[in-house]
Amino acid sequence: MTTAGPVTASTAQPNLDEPAAPGRNPARQPTSWLLTVFVLICVGYFLLPLFWLVVASTKSNADLFSSFGLWFANFNLFENIKSVLTFQDGVFIKWTINSAIYAVVSAFGASFLSTAAGYGFAKYDFPGKAALFAITLGAIMIPSAALTVPTYLLFARAGLTDTYFAIILPSLAIPFGVFLMRVYAADAVDNALIEAARVDGVGELRIFFTVALRLLLPGSITVLLFSLVATWNNYFLPLIMLNTENKFPLTVGLALWQSTAAGGSGSRALFSTVITGSLLSIIPLVVAFLFLQRYWQSGLASGGVKA
Amino acid sequence: MSTLVNAAPEVATRAPRRSRLTAAKRRQYGAAYTLVLPFFIVFVSMVIVPLVYAGYLSFYRKRLIGGTSFAGAENYIKALTDPLFLSGVGRMAIFLVVQVPFMIAFALFFALALDSGMMRLARFSRLAIFVPYAVPGVVATLMWGYLYGPDFGPFAQISRALGSGPPPFLTQTGMLFSIMNIVNWAFIGYNMIIIYAALRSLPSELYEAARVDGASEFRIAWSIKIPAVRPALLLTVIFSVIGTFQLFTEPRLMATLAPNVIGTAWSPNLYAYNVAFVNQDANYAAALAFLLGIVIMIVSYVVQLSNQRKEGRP
Repeated sequence: MTTAGPVTASTAQPNLDEPAAPGRNPARQPTSWLLTVFVLICVGYFLLPLFWLVVASTKSNADLFSSFGLWFANFNLFENIKSVLTFQDGVFIKWTINSAIYAVVSAFGASFLSTAAGYGFAKYDFPGKAALFAITLGAIMIPSAALTVPTYLLFARAGLTDTYFAIILPSLAIPFGVFLMRVYAADAVDNALIEAARVDGVGELRIFFTVALRLLLPGSITVLLFSLVATWNNYFLPLIMLNTENKFPLTVGLALWQSTAAGGSGSRALFSTVITGSLLSIIPLVVAFLFLQRYWQSGLASGGVKA
Repeated sequence: MSTLVNAAPEVATRAPRRSRLTAAKRRQYGAAYTLVLPFFIVFVSMVIVPLVYAGYLSFYRKRLIGGTSFAGAENYIKALTDPLFLSGVGRMAIFLVVQVPFMIAFALFFALALDSGMMRLARFSRLAIFVPYAVPGVVATLMWGYLYGPDFGPFAQISRALGSGPPPFLTQTGMLFSIMNIVNWAFIGYNMIIIYAALRSLPSELYEAARVDGASEFRIAWSIKIPAVRPALLLTVIFSVIGTFQLFTEPRLMATLAPNVIGTAWSPNLYAYNVAFVNQDANYAAALAFLLGIVIMIVSYVVQLSNQRKEGRP
């Protein structure tokens, strides 16, 4: 039963590693070595900074300056990690926990709000529906950065700045998530299924929670992942909202260390710490990414195909 | 607002007195509002209210003596003649006509290459191109900043070994391209995935016949696949327009490496931030943010309009 949702819905979404449409087999085409070599050269470009980051993380501060940047010198990774985790009383660990809290709470909240609203728009007719949806669509164009300063001023009046809410609340409303979930819900939840539940006397909200939610799960996970990445990677909002270093997420914290490191020759010893901290900070998301990549595509497909 | 949430049980008890259809309909209205309402409460308080507040602020000014007073369009007139703001918008316009087409073209090329079935290591390539999207802008800028850097950046090391000076990555002209490169690196894969997902959901009948007739893969891509994924392309362009005008993280962090090149107004968003938090002028910052939003809306609208015109063509 637990697999029913994803399996049912996977028929409606392209799986990236299988032929998408019946009778379609991309592997049938003869290999073009020219194309393969060119794309692989480009892949080298995309991996270059990450390779550099891994190499640089293994170097001591002195070796960073004295050895060639794209190859290894003396192996100093563990000392660097130790310095990242202990610098300023282990504030890096605190930042990691903060990033995780901001990202996970925002992502679950945003995903749930988008799923409920998207399903409501897809499966019900109600007065004001067209207007509400038009407003939601229009809001996709509103640049979030343009809202950040006024949101800060409002939060300052309400005494909400420099709290966890200051990061989580503005991250909850994702108009694009509602759009995506409406498109997704239209196909993923069969109207006949809803009718059958109604005939059985199941209440409307129970239909949503017990029948529809499971079918909507793959779409919801896509919104969840988008929101997770957006909040984890956000720099502008926490930079403005937070003053206390203990409440910083990793992005703001690392940028602070970087400006200290670049600031003067006396703090040069910080470069290897900033670099190793950067490496540690991207590992959770990159790993989550590689394992969950199927969901990126499915959600993007429904958004991109029918937009 | 809370009456909407309570509407459903109330309707249920009253149902027998009314016609069956109406009761069912009202019950469904209640459920629909209950589902949509939580989003709209957050949406109104986190998007609409700040938007209206920014609009309100932008029509006032704060003086050291005399307090806050109505300023009419003064902030907007000031912004439209502010060389710092206009130079930032100009820089973003260059981004829009140079970086965005470059990024979308490469994203489309990679998506078509992966979809053509003519590539080895396609799965690995797809992941490698997409993975920068998982890297925060802060870390991406840090990495590229060090790579560009004159001290231990490998490009500078190579160039020193060859006996020439450091490459001009962090100069006035170079910076524009250096930041374009960071944005390309971070977002080509993201746009590629959107286009690739659209390509994968095309039915193969669409181009099977052309293939049987001997059309080349290039011809199929150009004449069949690209027109068919137009909605996805439109989506990537609009997201890129919105993203470009919001550029902040990259210039802000590059400023630590080249403070004189970046200054306070390299991008309009950086300028709005500095006006609000360094100059402490929230009213002018609100006007800048509002103007920026209007510019984005206009450009997005023009993009959509030109797309509709093309689609309308026979």
